[in-house]
Amino acid sequence: MPEMLEVRNLKTYFPVRVGILDSLRGKKYFVKAVDGISFSIDRGEIFGLIGESGCGKTTAGRSVLRLVEPTGGEVIFDGVDVLKLGKEELRRIRRRMQIIFQDPYASLSPRMKIGEAIAHPLIIHGIADRREAREIALRMLKRVGLTPEEEYYDRYPNQLSGGQRQRVAIARAMALKPDFVVADEAVSMIDVSMRASILELLEEFRRDYRLSMLFITHDIAVARLIADRTAVMYLGKIVELGKTRRLIDNPIHPYTKALVNAAPSITRRERREKVKLRGEVPNAVNPPKGCRLSNRCPFATDICRTKEPELREVESGHFVACHLA
Amino acid sequence: MLSSIILKPVKAIFGNRPGRGFLIAGTIIVLAVVIMAIFAPFIAPYNPTAISSDTFSPPCWKHIMGTNRLGQDVFSRIVWGSRIILYVVLVATAFSMVLGIPVGLVSGYYGGKLDRVLSTVMDSIYAFPALILAIVIAVVLGPSPMNAAVAIAFVYVPTYFRMIRGQTLSLKGQLFVEAAKAIGARDREIMLKYILPNLIPTILVVFSLSVADAILTEAGLSFLGLSVTPPTPDWGYDLRVGQAFFLDGYWWLVFFPGLMIMLLAMAFALIGEALSERTSTSAR
Ligand SMILES: Nc1ncnc2c1ncn2[C@@H]1O[C@H](COP(=O)(O)OP(=O)(O)OP(=O)(O)O)[C@@H](O)[C@H]1O
Ligand SMILES: [Mg+2]
Repeated sequence: MPEMLEVRNLKTYFPVRVGILDSLRGKKYFVKAVDGISFSIDRGEIFGLIGESGCGKTTAGRSVLRLVEPTGGEVIFDGVDVLKLGKEELRRIRRRMQIIFQDPYASLSPRMKIGEAIAHPLIIHGIADRREAREIALRMLKRVGLTPEEEYYDRYPNQLSGGQRQRVAIARAMALKPDFVVADEAVSMIDVSMRASILELLEEFRRDYRLSMLFITHDIAVARLIADRTAVMYLGKIVELGKTRRLIDNPIHPYTKALVNAAPSITRRERREKVKLRGEVPNAVNPPKGCRLSNRCPFATDICRTKEPELREVESGHFVACHLA
Repeated sequence: MLSSIILKPVKAIFGNRPGRGFLIAGTIIVLAVVIMAIFAPFIAPYNPTAISSDTFSPPCWKHIMGTNRLGQDVFSRIVWGSRIILYVVLVATAFSMVLGIPVGLVSGYYGGKLDRVLSTVMDSIYAFPALILAIVIAVVLGPSPMNAAVAIAFVYVPTYFRMIRGQTLSLKGQLFVEAAKAIGARDREIMLKYILPNLIPTILVVFSLSVADAILTEAGLSFLGLSVTPPTPDWGYDLRVGQAFFLDGYWWLVFFPGLMIMLLAMAFALIGEALSERTSTSAR
């Protein structure tokens, strides 16, 4: 499969507000939310990105789309470095790169009819005139299961449930027939009973559009269900990357092992090695020296505390950043 | 703001929860004055500028609000006078909105140097007492209703600017604005289609409150002879002429124009207060 998206050494740092004293001394601190991650996504592939809250998943997704300006690295989308595009070029390429946000209550303007919200991107990009855009929006509403679509077209977001709003957000992203979509915890804020049907919807669009997807989630079970390959993030870094099944059923990195242990629905095999981490996630302003997990990892040795491990291919297509792997 | 002086005792009577009652009462008063202005020729029993020998008549069946020193019917002057005050205040407010809203929106949206310069300028205008600033401008421009409108408009631009800029600043950080960026909307489209519609509740509130205030400012200007030229009927002007005779016992010359100014200002303040209550409770 040809690569749709390649991310190389992507970094996004946020400046931290400091006290007067530090700012007088000229000290600057940064949250290294994403600190040099690399991965690629094939055409039609769903690539999972998992990790605990605050590890930088959302920032990674926003950086790829330049909704936040990355500090460094490259994002090659269909041969073009997105980070080098000018304002107008970037605006035009957005037609092909879309995002579905985690919070469907905040991602739709409360004062815009949902039909118009879906039709607007088509008008912006000159794909359709007003009438055609309305037709397409109606078709998309039907497609995502909001029927009778004529009636839904004129509703406002506050007349819909969270699940229905997320369907609108999906319809809005998909109306443009994008090649690539970031789905940021697209089902985590939705009622459990609706999750499966929304995942199914995403799966359908992937099939019909040969869509590539960066599927961000903290739920390993969901990743296992939908993602072809998955990367595990910890404190702004990718610690393990490989085929989803293999990665979750036979994790190599201690962090992945601990993550899988903590997800009861996955742990079916009793013989699996149990890993418990000590303490809490350190903050991303001052990550530990060497391996970022070294202060919590039960297997940590001297080298772990001094030298940062590189992501190495330990089996074919399975990458791990651990000195002990 | 000036209008809060009027609103305080009203709140004391109604309690502190402005709601439907405020909105309905305010709307009725405003509509009554608007109807008065539109149908003035049919409502006013006399020509408002016609002089007669029946001077200083107290309220009676022939002249329900009495007559003034020239024998003009006070009620007829009140009815016709509503035209001037509504005209000046609405023209002025339209001016301030046309200037204050787009400038506040652009300033808040883009931020940066332009925003800092604009904010400083607007804040320094805002720091002046409204009436004094309006008086200075009106004096410079010369007395006429149009000039009074321009003076008032200038005074209220910063009110719109500050509210709109502040709201834009907070809306700009909302996820749906990021979503608009993500679908490839241009800055202009983001401002007009995503931010502006969400500003409408704010605009309505600022509109009602600033109109309430502008009414008092207009009355103040014409009280000082900076708006209409006699014998044009005008509430503020009539109030000024009337107060010279107040101590002689001709209370109706002051009472009726004063009452109308208070009522109209209060009506807009009530509407504004009720609207702001609604928009702040309906926000999630
Ligand atoms: N705009 C910002 N300014 C400053 N810091 C930020 C900003 N956005 C995110 N961060 C910080 O970057 C780190 C990573 O945040 P991010 O939202 O990417 O994590 P996440 O993995 O998506 O977490 P969650 O599961 O809670 O969504 C956090 O420490 C967060 O506080
Ligand atoms: Mg997130």
